Amino acid sequence: MATQINKQLGDNIFLTKLDAAASWARANSLWPMPFATACCGIELMSTAASKHDLSRFGSEVMRFSPRQCDLMIVAGRVVMKMLPVLQRIWLQMPEPKWCISMGACACTGGVFDTYAVVQGVDRFLPVDVYVPGCPPRPEQLIRSIIDLQEKIQSGGTINAREFKLRILPEGPTRFDEDELIRIRERNGFKLDDQKYNPVH
Amino acid sequence: MPNETSDPKLSEIDTMKSRLSVLLPGITLEWSEFRGQTRVICPANQLAKCLSAFREVGFDQLTDLTAVDLLEYGNADDRFEVVYCLLNVESGLRLIAKIYLNEPDLTIPSATPVWFGADWLEREVYDMYGIVFSGHPNFKRLLLPEEFQSFPLRKDYPVKGRGERHNFPVITRAES
Repeated sequence: MATQINKQLGDNIFLTKLDAAASWARANSLWPMPFATACCGIELMSTAASKHDLSRFGSEVMRFSPRQCDLMIVAGRVVMKMLPVLQRIWLQMPEPKWCISMGACACTGGVFDTYAVVQGVDRFLPVDVYVPGCPPRPEQLIRSIIDLQEKIQSGGTINAREFKLRILPEGPTRFDEDELIRIRERNGFKLDDQKYNPVH
Repeated sequence: MPNETSDPKLSEIDTMKSRLSVLLPGITLEWSEFRGQTRVICPANQLAKCLSAFREVGFDQLTDLTAVDLLEYGNADDRFEVVYCLLNVESGLRLIAKIYLNEPDLTIPSATPVWFGADWLEREVYDMYGIVFSGHPNFKRLLLPEEFQSFPLRKDYPVKGRGERHNFPVITRAES
């Protein structure tokens, strides 16, 4: 029986796990949502344009509606007025979805250490791949997409079970230096008090 | 026969000054010159009268309206300075008018009845310094979110803010 099937079908049958098949398909058809707010957006456009040609890596279908995307590329600084918009767009994207934080500003706030700029989108959103650089070169963004594809293929499941395990916030905690300054001010300490502010 | 050595611009400024003294009886304006720029300091309680008088003598464009926080600046006596940069489009004459303000009374009359272009400029000054312009047609914050509590360009506000940039819900991967 088995030999008969073998004879008829030859090498046209591949055996794999459903998870691996789904992940393979997903990894090679990423549809990015370009959340470009600054100069990183220019590099993102260059990555998608003819010279670097992101479509060679199976993720060229940029869609400006979050409902049609599964990869959010946060390219540029995000200010406190923009962050609720970013979170809303993220929640509007259908599962399974991934997030690339592109550039120094999206990852950490970069040089914009001011009251208005969010110090890294990973504080408020789950980020899968970080791209350093100011702005990163298109090659770096392509590398990050290849990394993400490897990540999807190595751990992806058909019903997205791997996301259900990520129940904790993944970015830096809120209790950082700025929070300390606020608490100190509330308790009546001066900002320039050396004893309570040894960092500067 | 006109004196050929006299600067036509200077005589224009003198005419403007004398017209202003007629239009604003009993109000002392402090005039000064700096690198060819004419500056005038108005009394804050007579601001509305001064502004309409400036418009009257030909300053038909408000090129800029801004403010300066003078906290710990040199030996300044006052806390805030509101600056009106005016232009006479016809003659090209410029005037920089200033008033000084101190806490707690940071309310001044709006310039929108005189120059409507003051609309967004005044909202921005309020946004950044907390100076209130009474009589403005749509007075609210311009750049920052409505729920923002502080005035970030004041010198006693920390550059990193008071935690406003961290005041958001954290979305984890499992719940998104």
